[in-house]
Amino acid sequence: MIGSDNARVTARLMALSVGMLAFALFVMPPLYDAFCEVTGLNGKTGARYEAVPAGVNRERLVTVQFVTSNNKGMPWHFRPGVVSVKVHPGEAMDAVFLADNPTGKTMVGQAIPSVVPFNAAQYFHKTECFCFNQQTLAAGESAELPLRFIVDPDLPASVNTITLSYTLFDVTERASINREFENKNEPEREG
Amino acid sequence: MAQGPKPGLSRWLYTTNHKDIGTMYLWFSFAMFLLGGCMALVIRAELFEPGLQIVQPEFFNQMTTMHGLIMVFGAVMPAFVGLANWMIPLMIGAPDMALPRMNNWSFWILPFAFAMLASTLFMEGGAPNFGWTFYAPLSTEYAPPSVTFFIFAIHIMGASSIMGAINIVATILNMRAPGMTLMKMPLFVWTWLITAYLLIAVMPVLAGVVTMMLMDIHFGTSFFSAAGGGDPLLFQHIFWFFGHPEVYIMILPAFGIVSAIIPTFARKPLFGYSSMVYATASIAFLSFIVWAHHMFTVGMPITGELFFMYATMLIAVPTGVKVFNWVSTMFRGSMTFETPMLFAVAFVILFTIGGFSGLMLAIAPADFQYHDTYFVVAHFHYVLVPGAIFSITAGVYYWLPKWTGHMYNETMGKVHFWLSFIGLNLTFFPMHFVGLAGMPRRIPDYALQFADFNQIASVGAFLFGASQLVFLFNVIRTIKGGKKATDEVWDNPQGLEWTVPSPAPYHTFSTPPAVR
Amino acid sequence: MLKGFNRLFAWMAVVLPAGGALAQEKGPERWGVNMPRGVTEVAQTTYDLHMLIFWICVAIGVLVFSVMFYSMWRHRKSRGYKAAQFHESTAVELVWTIIPVVILVLMAIPATKTLYDIYDTEEADLDVMITGYQWKWKYDYLGADVSFFSNLSTPRAEIDNLLPKNPHYLLEVDEPVVLPVGKKVRFLITANDVIHAWWVPDLAVKKDAIPGFINEAWTRIDEPGIYRGQCAELCGKDHGFMPIVVKAVPQEEYDQWLQQREAEAAKIRELTNKNFTFDELIARGKEVYNRNCAACHQANGQGVPSTFPAIAGSAIATGPIGQHLSIVVAGSPKNPAMQAFGQQLPEADIAAVITYQRNAFGNDMGDTVQPIDILKFKNNQQ
Repeated sequence: MIGSDNARVTARLMALSVGMLAFALFVMPPLYDAFCEVTGLNGKTGARYEAVPAGVNRERLVTVQFVTSNNKGMPWHFRPGVVSVKVHPGEAMDAVFLADNPTGKTMVGQAIPSVVPFNAAQYFHKTECFCFNQQTLAAGESAELPLRFIVDPDLPASVNTITLSYTLFDVTERASINREFENKNEPEREG
Repeated sequence: MAQGPKPGLSRWLYTTNHKDIGTMYLWFSFAMFLLGGCMALVIRAELFEPGLQIVQPEFFNQMTTMHGLIMVFGAVMPAFVGLANWMIPLMIGAPDMALPRMNNWSFWILPFAFAMLASTLFMEGGAPNFGWTFYAPLSTEYAPPSVTFFIFAIHIMGASSIMGAINIVATILNMRAPGMTLMKMPLFVWTWLITAYLLIAVMPVLAGVVTMMLMDIHFGTSFFSAAGGGDPLLFQHIFWFFGHPEVYIMILPAFGIVSAIIPTFARKPLFGYSSMVYATASIAFLSFIVWAHHMFTVGMPITGELFFMYATMLIAVPTGVKVFNWVSTMFRGSMTFETPMLFAVAFVILFTIGGFSGLMLAIAPADFQYHDTYFVVAHFHYVLVPGAIFSITAGVYYWLPKWTGHMYNETMGKVHFWLSFIGLNLTFFPMHFVGLAGMPRRIPDYALQFADFNQIASVGAFLFGASQLVFLFNVIRTIKGGKKATDEVWDNPQGLEWTVPSPAPYHTFSTPPAVR
Repeated sequence: MLKGFNRLFAWMAVVLPAGGALAQEKGPERWGVNMPRGVTEVAQTTYDLHMLIFWICVAIGVLVFSVMFYSMWRHRKSRGYKAAQFHESTAVELVWTIIPVVILVLMAIPATKTLYDIYDTEEADLDVMITGYQWKWKYDYLGADVSFFSNLSTPRAEIDNLLPKNPHYLLEVDEPVVLPVGKKVRFLITANDVIHAWWVPDLAVKKDAIPGFINEAWTRIDEPGIYRGQCAELCGKDHGFMPIVVKAVPQEEYDQWLQQREAEAAKIRELTNKNFTFDELIARGKEVYNRNCAACHQANGQGVPSTFPAIAGSAIATGPIGQHLSIVVAGSPKNPAMQAFGQQLPEADIAAVITYQRNAFGNDMGDTVQPIDILKFKNNQQ
């Protein structure tokens, strides 16, 4: 009798530990991302914004400040077109970022956005952003990278300045691995 | 059909006996304690004075990392599992652990895990050098190649702990002698039951986080790399979701040991047994919702910061209840101060000091100044060394006569205690000062104004280290011989373990005892 | 009451040997036992909060331990004391659950208030972006053409105990970050490679620098002075060797400094077109090398076996010049520890350091690289 009790308890506890492993591997990362998006944790700004907020608040002006940095060995020149703009909440605004690839090879870059203060992150909506995609620049090529954003009229009154930071990563290697992987999966398409 | 132990080495390799396995765990843990201790001494020797004298920064980082990993996973956790193996069946009147073969396996994979971990010291690029908390991306993109071995070693340690924990839960739930209801169990059994659940809940999370590292390093995923849409902070959240309960895994069984020892030497029942049980359970529960207090400076929205601050402060309540209960147990007792009691009393005092610095660290705005300084190092060494290590030592002295049938040498035990006590305080108390004065942790060299206290700490560390040799000598002498211990050993101690002969025969409670 | 306690504590610190933990002078203070009071309002509030919690803990400790020691002294078997047998009391348990909760609430109130202050980064007068690198800090003054790296300036010989250590050992840099006093300065903090943490105790600012993400913090320094701090998050080999030095100066002095820096930046750009002699390159290169390369490759160019390759006799430093340029400008594709210096250093410095590496440590290649070559290489990399 004790033997079967042991088997039952063991099976349950094993299931619990496997469940916790699955929780860590498959639930925590997406849960964390969802949590970040809701709370603006770590200044994450979320994916493309589709809806149009109601009305423009002409009474209020918010400063949006742009900063850029390059990760690790990323040799591109990357800077905002203007360092800051003033914008009415609710109004769509365009900005450009300038990138050029001074090296002799084609490279792929990925910009990662981050916003401070954190409590503004969820009110900063990007309707169009170069950061949604990887950017490929040939040797010596330069590009104007577009951003269109709307500051939500619900932005807390305490926030007057929003700083948007882009960090540019060199993802050339990562992109080529992915391309090879895709090619392997669809070998006959071209030929 | 009681059988004696097999002769020779095969006794230890094939054993399914809880006492043999407990003994092996304890010796293994002591070996790891000495190894991790030697690494600590390398660190302290380098920090004896400003400038680089003995090791280079690269190796210094490997030492801090390996010291932490070995002490946490190799010394403290196996020691508690060893005590659980020895004592839980004896305390609940069970003939053995519920799953004896798995018990053998959970022990025997440990030496392999640690052999693998230690072997990284000799690898190209050196051992893991990213701290025992192994924050990404330092531990992924920027790690030495040996990180893969580290990951597998962690996997094996995790498997061992999970199996050990399952075994303990099954034993406690299914193997209690008739009449031994849950609320009659000794506190050591209770704290271990709760600890085992914590282990089963969080060791898989640790396994998960190192698996994600493995994938990031070798299989092109980007859980922790911003470049691919991941986030280095995700690592810290998952790690501390494991890490904070882990801290309590290393202290709850200590509460159990101390709650056994103090009543014996105060000759008075434990005060507030049921509140002790509830306090343990609430500490375990709270441990799941406070993890981000290790991350106050990473940049969190203020609501998050406040939540984790308040939740962390709450832990002081059940912990305080425990300390008050121990003091009330001592109050109006009839106390004697044999070695186990000395260690237990020192535990209460020094753990409380560690608790106070813990409370200070919980205050988020103040933590901005304390975080990642020697103040934190002082804090967690105060809860782990006089907390976990002292309670284990106390437990060993307390039950050694039962295990070996001989009394240990009391004078030598007291010498061990006083040397350890002085050494420990010399080592770790000054760390509060240098931390507050601005010395960051994990640095191989420091500014001149920290020199004096660091010198004191280094002297203390060598004293503490040396005093453990007294302990080793005393234990070996007790195993070999000495004054015969009575079955009760102490003055009317409570608990079933004292009803069996000393030394405890190879098989005990083959027929369950009657519990009042 | 609290102030009185603080004074008592300060007094205790002073009577310790060599004393003066809380003295006014900003030099290193031996035997310091407490947090600095700091030079900003937030730092002082934090200090008061720290002392408040400390004294509450001391009070509780004294209470609990005196009961314990009393009982250890009185209730001993050797004194013939007979043990009582009481073992529970719900009333007592309730009391020592509720009282701590009340104390905790009292602690939480000032803590919450301070936290709100620390989080109020609005309406800054000046923005400085701080980027952590392995193992140095970079400061960008937003809106001004001023951007520089700040490296440890303690000579290697002091670290290796070959020279006596100066009073600011390990807490000194080649380029301190200069800030105006009385102005709200907002820091935008990020990292280039791994996680670092920017910490200056006197300002009570500590914030993690996380690659790919941005953090903010702020300060308003009350008194001019030099304030020193260190990286607080383990970031690899030289984590202990990337200090922070903040120089707080009056506004006019700050404005002058800023202008001067902008002028210097323009001058450095001009240097790109200058033709250097061999000796000029070697002299400049040695300096650049010791500041930027010696941490890993060592001052003698021998590297660290199996971790950091040697420059002396290396295939790159004694091979084709193009490869040498490539690894210094664009970093190593295989080893992330070898950074791309192309955007960290001006062309003149890169040219100088490459020339130095090719001619020092017995490499004796005899060739030189001019700043203009670096520029050409950057723009036309093959």
